[in-house]
Amino acid sequence: MENPTPPSTDRAQVIKTNAIGLSKKDYDGAPSTLCKGCGHNSIASQIVQVGFELNLRAHEIIKLSGIGCSSKSPAYFLGMSHGFNALHGRMPSVSTGALIANHTLRAIGVSGDGDTGSIGMGQFKHLMRRNVRMVYIVENNGVYGLTKGQFSATAEEGLQLKYAGVNEFPQVDLCMEAIIAGCGFVARSFAGDAKQVRELLKAALSHRGTAVLDIISPCVAFNNEDDSPKSYGYGTKHEKPLHELGFIPYAEEISIEPMEPGEFRTVRLHDGSHISLRNLDSGYDPTHKLAALERLQRAQDTREFITGLIYYNPDRPSLAEVEELDTPLAQLSAEQLRPSKAALDQFLQSYR
Amino acid sequence: MSVLERQQEAGHAIRSPVINDFSLVVATANGTGSQTANLTLLRSFFKLGIPVHGKNIFPSNIQGLPTWYHIRVSHEGYIARRPSEILVAFNPATAHDDVQELPSGGVCIYSADLKNLPQRNDLIYYRVPVGELIAGIDVPVKRKPYIANMAYVGVVAWMLEVPLEVVEEALGAQFGYRQKLVESNQQVVDRAYAWAAENLSKQDPFRVEPMNKTEGLIVMTGNEAGALGAVFGGASVAAWYPITPSTSFMDALREYLPKLRKDDQGKPTYTIIQAEDELAAAGMLLGAGWAGARAVTSTSGPGISLMAEFVSYGYFTEVPAVIWDIQRVGPSTGLPTRTSQGDIAFAYTLGHGDTKHPILLPSSIEECFEFGWKSLDLAEQLQTPVFVLSDLDLGMNNWMGRPFEYPDQPMQRGKVLSAEQLQAMGGFARYKDVDGDGIPYRTLPGTDHPLAAYFNRGSGHNEQAQYSERAEDWLNNMARIARKFETARDLVPAPATELNPSARVGIIAFGTTRYAIEEARDRLAHRLPTSLLRLRALPINQAVRDFVAAHERVYVIELNRGGQMHGILQNELPEFAGRLRSIAYLDGMPLTARWVEDRLLKEEESSL
Repeated sequence: MENPTPPSTDRAQVIKTNAIGLSKKDYDGAPSTLCKGCGHNSIASQIVQVGFELNLRAHEIIKLSGIGCSSKSPAYFLGMSHGFNALHGRMPSVSTGALIANHTLRAIGVSGDGDTGSIGMGQFKHLMRRNVRMVYIVENNGVYGLTKGQFSATAEEGLQLKYAGVNEFPQVDLCMEAIIAGCGFVARSFAGDAKQVRELLKAALSHRGTAVLDIISPCVAFNNEDDSPKSYGYGTKHEKPLHELGFIPYAEEISIEPMEPGEFRTVRLHDGSHISLRNLDSGYDPTHKLAALERLQRAQDTREFITGLIYYNPDRPSLAEVEELDTPLAQLSAEQLRPSKAALDQFLQSYR
Repeated sequence: MSVLERQQEAGHAIRSPVINDFSLVVATANGTGSQTANLTLLRSFFKLGIPVHGKNIFPSNIQGLPTWYHIRVSHEGYIARRPSEILVAFNPATAHDDVQELPSGGVCIYSADLKNLPQRNDLIYYRVPVGELIAGIDVPVKRKPYIANMAYVGVVAWMLEVPLEVVEEALGAQFGYRQKLVESNQQVVDRAYAWAAENLSKQDPFRVEPMNKTEGLIVMTGNEAGALGAVFGGASVAAWYPITPSTSFMDALREYLPKLRKDDQGKPTYTIIQAEDELAAAGMLLGAGWAGARAVTSTSGPGISLMAEFVSYGYFTEVPAVIWDIQRVGPSTGLPTRTSQGDIAFAYTLGHGDTKHPILLPSSIEECFEFGWKSLDLAEQLQTPVFVLSDLDLGMNNWMGRPFEYPDQPMQRGKVLSAEQLQAMGGFARYKDVDGDGIPYRTLPGTDHPLAAYFNRGSGHNEQAQYSERAEDWLNNMARIARKFETARDLVPAPATELNPSARVGIIAFGTTRYAIEEARDRLAHRLPTSLLRLRALPINQAVRDFVAAHERVYVIELNRGGQMHGILQNELPEFAGRLRSIAYLDGMPLTARWVEDRLLKEEESSL
């Protein structure tokens, strides 16, 4: 039996606010229209929580998505931020344009495994090549929900589903694709592991480049049998974090030390905050590209569900840095955008 | 009618001089550097003050396939394509056909390396010993074929009596500051000129004389002019994918922006992104436009096909963007290096569902520049993707024009609300028609106000941009966007009209067909007087209706098979559908005045 919330006599006293005076409610969006129990809803609520905890300012955030169940979810968080629900598989190009126009905005993108791994694979990879600064969340459930349960490209080979039958093709591992494309922040998580999702989200927001979070987010309607690797049952039972993660905002600089199993270290993020990693997986080093790929392949071969910060490399400049952006292009005045008449007349001299 | 035809008709001796009135074609193989030689000739005529225009008819190929460069020189100022009287035959692969195509009395300047050239008694031949003329010139071996072309420049200059110092000046302009290249090339020109003077005797009637009809004019390609227009229109984001014939638009932007658009600290006020395909280019445009940048791309038909999904999205969510389509011949890959006006119908309603887009239709480099900045204003004023439909002929060829006029209005940023305005208004509804013109208000991401945000979505939405499947919301929204299109009618560039009071027949045209049509109208002045309305944009306004109403028959002349503009106009003016007639043709070449003249006469005969 549920206990109804007792009526509050003085609401102001019970509503907790953050450092900029906002309540968690201020980070909400519209009510979700996704299925009850959908993994995407718990991710949305972690985004709300993170916004609140990090004191995010709504107008500094944009949220973007493609098409699909996952892509509906930006409507369900950060209601005071501008949102762009793009076309199927095209969130990356829209994000690129928006963040070139105003590189001071922080972008949270939500896509799905079909949106990213099938129709949007090309744009996904080119976004990371260019290192556009955004948090790119893939709510990965291995199936197309809105069209009633077809396999997506991330479904495991041999997986059998009621509607879709048997998947005859190898799965696309989006973390591997991200690493190969040059992404410097690649993580995998599980919608059922709220704390890890939250800590990864915070760290991803501090990364000055594309940060990919491949979050296994079970589809309760079409792919949630306990033997499916993308189900709640399987994830809860088999999730194997590579490390215990913690986000430390704006800490002092701490250098990376090599570590042994069980060791603890911190990694400095671009904005001066840190992520702490307590290693749970013998000798795993998330700054080693080949080791990361090797670990992902091994996990796929043995159906291990590894989660955590799989690869981290802060060295590549972001697109905005490559393009030497200064004042946001969207904020330039007409005077800055239009050269003078004298400049035109002089320029045309060489065409006489 | 060519001068030769006229002379023959008039019974003139073929040898009486023909001054500043001829068409010359240079036939070479692609990739041999003949473009420099051809532009040197073009610039020489221009510097002599004679109206001139060059058309490069080139293959889809990097090296080896045939290419022709047509130069029309006309003291009367006609610059449409016309069959050539003078041939420079430097390509063994096409020389046979090239010679056969010359009219009687024509001239053939040919490389001595050519074998089995057809010998026609009615032509004048000048042989050019290329090997001899370039022997001993100090250039790297790989540049030999390039300077070999200068041999025909020298012989043409001798034949047409172009002063050598004029050629030198033109060469200098071609090579810029690369003095050593100017010298070696000039050496070949001088030698060829001297050799011709000593060994050839002039038998043809063609020559040039200085005049003053190009004074103060500039020479530029349409793509360069359009790009320069975009620079002065404040384009701040350009995203593109390479495709002939639009690539030189972006090449020009990449050259001009760094020169003209740095801020006080030397930082760029623009970004150019080469996208992975045209889908992504269009997505970047809309992302940038939504966030408040002035975004532009250039592409061609196949790129437009890929952009369809984002154009439909941009129409429905009302995001500004400018798309230049430098039209080439489709369907499919078609003739990628040949000109056409074949994307009009496609672009006008590009996208699934009920869509319609403003289209600007430049016909000259002046209009390319003007529409370059104006399109960016219109896109933000109307909050919608705006097309500029140029074509390969305009985009890639060099045209004379008046120096461009500086934008005559302040930059238009459209209805964008600031935080202060939001505060004063107490919020806004993204898709509400406040002013009755169908154009709603928008806010930019980053606007620091709790009521600034809205959710941009391609799915059905109400005035507040909230998801809606309600029939009323759908109807209201689509009706408002249609109203916005009505507003566009008088915002887009108005048509240019030349009314002839004695004309019962009107012509409607747009883009580069104007040159052949204007020449044809002059030739028909007495037999078939006509009025001309040159569309400069879609949607049409009342002036077009009035023009059609004022004529018994109106021919819509265009460079495609099906009469696309004719169809659009019949749709827009159903009451006049019967008097709108189509003259549509496309074979990959620009129209000639002769063709237009013949077709108009034929149509008129059959309508009587």
